[in-house]
This record gives sequence, structure tokens and C-alpha cells, in this order.
Amino acid sequence: MMTKFIAKAYLWILLALLYSPILIIMIFSFTEAKVLGNWTGFSTKLYSSLFAGGVQRSLVSALGNTFAIAMIAATVSTILGSIAAIGIFNLRSRPRQIMNFTNAIPMMNADIITGVSLFLLFVSFGISQGFTTVVLAHIAFCTPYVVLSVMPRLKKMNSNVYEAALDLGATPFQALHKVILPEIRPGMISGFILAFTLSIDDFAVTIFTIGNEGLETLSTFIYADARKGGLTPELRPLSTIIFVTVLVLLIVINKRAEKSKSE
Amino acid sequence: MRRRNWTIPYALFLAVFVVTPLLLIVYYAFTDAEGAFSLANFRKFMVHPEAVNTFVYSIGIAIITTLACLVLGYPAAYILSNERFNTPKTMVVLFILPMWVNILIRTLATVALFDFLNLPLGEGALIFGMIYNFLPFMIYPIYNTLQKMDRSLIEAAQDLGANPFQVFMKTILPLSMPGVMSGIVMVFMPTVSTFAIAELLTMNNIKLFGTTVQENIYNGMWNYGAALSLIMLILIGVTILFTNEEDSASNEGGGVI
Repeated sequence: MMTKFIAKAYLWILLALLYSPILIIMIFSFTEAKVLGNWTGFSTKLYSSLFAGGVQRSLVSALGNTFAIAMIAATVSTILGSIAAIGIFNLRSRPRQIMNFTNAIPMMNADIITGVSLFLLFVSFGISQGFTTVVLAHIAFCTPYVVLSVMPRLKKMNSNVYEAALDLGATPFQALHKVILPEIRPGMISGFILAFTLSIDDFAVTIFTIGNEGLETLSTFIYADARKGGLTPELRPLSTIIFVTVLVLLIVINKRAEKSKSE
Repeated sequence: MRRRNWTIPYALFLAVFVVTPLLLIVYYAFTDAEGAFSLANFRKFMVHPEAVNTFVYSIGIAIITTLACLVLGYPAAYILSNERFNTPKTMVVLFILPMWVNILIRTLATVALFDFLNLPLGEGALIFGMIYNFLPFMIYPIYNTLQKMDRSLIEAAQDLGANPFQVFMKTILPLSMPGVMSGIVMVFMPTVSTFAIAELLTMNNIKLFGTTVQENIYNGMWNYGAALSLIMLILIGVTILFTNEEDSASNEGGGVI
């Protein structure tokens, strides 16, 4: 009984510690003060000015870029990674080992090294950096995760079903569409979600590949903002919204997963 | 078309965007600005006390952070995975959730907390911020291995007369070693290679090695920056090799039992 109480208390204290910074931001998103920590009375002005545009246009455009990059990078990674997974699955053992090892490099490597290496690639070949280079860089570090989430589905699949479809007169394309695709779809979906969140979250690779022509993502915007000393007050409501959205989403996904397990 | 050929587009992509860039780091590290072979970049690092100190200091901070995350995270993972405590699954989500919040927002939130409590920004804030940022990366892999652990082994140990302490030391801890090792890699690597975070948490007073790399690249010192990156890459490679070896050794130990 006593150990149970101590265990529970420990978890709650740790959670309180983990969440106290974000709680402070949430609380102070409901006041107008420029400097965080000054309470000048309850107000939702920061929320309305966040959506009103105007002064905060650059923040909104940074948010738009972040989503556009994540959407393109996640989509391309999912297609490229799924095709690659089917290919790798059918390789002989030696080339398969080489592919698996190379595929693991971007996941094992530190973000800053990936960033520096891609920076050197682009400058060495005289490619001007901007939206395209950021998207290419994000595809490079997202695709390995797609390959890894599709691969287990292929391993679980009964390969005779594909052969049977061909024997029954399906073209290879039909067999792919009707047999393989439905089997690997859950892996593709979780790969896509993973790629999307990784891309949205990224800072280290983006900052090395974004160039200096004024393109901003949410991460580089916050970084530039923080270095200027003052944190734009509108970032408080924005962080709050992002945080609550992710929280609700994760809890819903988790509840659904638990429900489908018990059924 | 044979399906193994489907590997080709991704193989080409990896060659261009993963292998070539890494080779370029090596190329730039071992050449001077004119492109001639040179070891000057590494010599510069060796005789540059500030860079060496930053390197050693970064490793120190990373070790402290990793140990603190292990000490704080292991009990949490253990409690979360043990059915005796019957913690709801949502609790696990709450511990992993901060991983999905942008790292700069998390860092600025830490700065806000320290400002709010009137605590000075500096080394303390740096270590707190690192632990706060990377603790979930320690809890998650340990939780996963504990979760998958074969419970009958614990019961067997109990039946054979082990007391709770012995059960933990001789059964649970060795079985959870793979999780501990990947937790160590997942915390140590981002901590030792981080940049930007340290500046924000210490008001530019403390510099970590990642920042040194970034500054040199930004200031056009590509060759020196590449050499520093290569040094960091070697450090990361050694860490992975070291933890992998431990990993397989503990697996063999498990096999013998």
C-alpha cells in the first residue's frame, strides 16, 4: 500500500516537473503583457491578434511553410519509402543488408551532422537553398522511418497470395493494387504520420538547408525571434494551441487503439 | 519488371542525399580552402584550447544529463510498466507527449519557468532544460523492454527464493538492459550534438560543441566546420558501437540462463 502510494506520487511529481514550463506558457497566454511573467489581467487579445494577421503575418506565413513542407515531404517519403520497402524485401541477403544499413544512417546520425552534410552537398554543387532544398532534406531523414514501418507488414504477409493473384490472371499492377497495397496500408499510414511530425518538429536540419532568402518555418522563426531577445507574445497562444491539439489527438488515438484491442 | 528493381529509386536517392553528403564532410575535413589535402583543420582544433574545452565540456554535460535521465527515468518506466501499480495507459502517453512538442518551444518554456521563479539562467538551467527535453527519450525505450519482458522469469526467481532486491538485480535489470542502452544513446546523442538550446538557456554564456560547429559553418569556415563535424561523428559512432556491444553481451547472458 505504502509503496503503491510512493510510486504514484513519484510519477505525479515527475509529470508536474515535465509540464510546469508549458503550463506557465499556457497561463500567460491569457494576459497581454509583452514580457512573460507579468500578469496584467485576464485577456484573450493575444489569441485574436494571432489570427488577425497584420503584425503577425510573418508568423502565420512561417506556420504555412511548415505545414506545406511537412505535407510534401511526408507524401513523397511515404511513396518512395513504400516502393523501396517492397524492393528491399525482395532483395538477396547481401544487397539487403547494405540497403538496411544505409537506410539506418539518417536515423542514427545526429541532426546537426545531417544538416551540415546536406549543406555541404548543396553548396558544393552550387544549388541555391530555399524551399526545395528543405523539402529534399526532410525527405532524406523521413523516408527511413517509412521503410521501417512498412517492412514488418511485408514480413507478415503471405507471399503466396500475390503469386495466386498472378496465376488467376491479374496483371502485376492489379496484384500490387489489390493484394500488396491493402496489406501494407497501415504501415504506410503510420509511416506518413511519423514523417509528418518529424518534419514539423525539425529545427537542426532545416536551419542548415533553408538558405538566407527570407524563407521561415516555425522553428527558424522562433529561433530568430528568441535570439533577438524578446519572444513574440503571440507565440504563447500559438504554443498553447499546438500543445492542446497534440494532447487531444494523442489521447484520442490511444483510446481508439485500446478499444480496438479489447474488441 | 522484377520487384527487387523497385529498390533502385531509393538506392539512388540514398547515394545522393545520404552517402555523398557524408563523404563531402570527410573531403572538406581533410582539405584546405584551395582543395589540397591537409591536416591543418585537425591541427587547428588541437591547438585551439577554447574548441577543445567546449568539446570536453559538452561531453561532460551530456554524461550528466544522460545519468540524471537514467536515474529519474528508470523508476518511472518501471512503475508505468508494472501491473501491480495499475497505472492507466493515458499516463504513458502523458510521459511521451512532450516529445511531440517543438524542441525550441520546450526550451523557451524552460526559460520562462526560470524567469517566473526568478532563478538565474546558467549551468543549472542548461542541465534542467536538457533533462526536461530528453527525459521522455529515456523512459520510452526502457518502458518498452520492461513491457515485453517475460513475467514468468520474475515468478521463477521468486519461487526459487530470491528476495525482491535480488529479483530486481538478477532478473529485471539484466532483462531491461537493451532498453537502457538505447535510452542512453537516445539521450546522449542529441545532448552532445545540440545547438541553439544552450545559448537560449544560458543567455549566450555557455557554448556547447554543436554551436561551435554551427558558427564555423555559418562564417564560411566550411573546412574547419567539416573537421569538427567529423570529430562529432566519430564520437557518435563510438557511442553506438559501445552500447551495441553491451547490448549483445547482455543478450548472450540471458541466453545462458
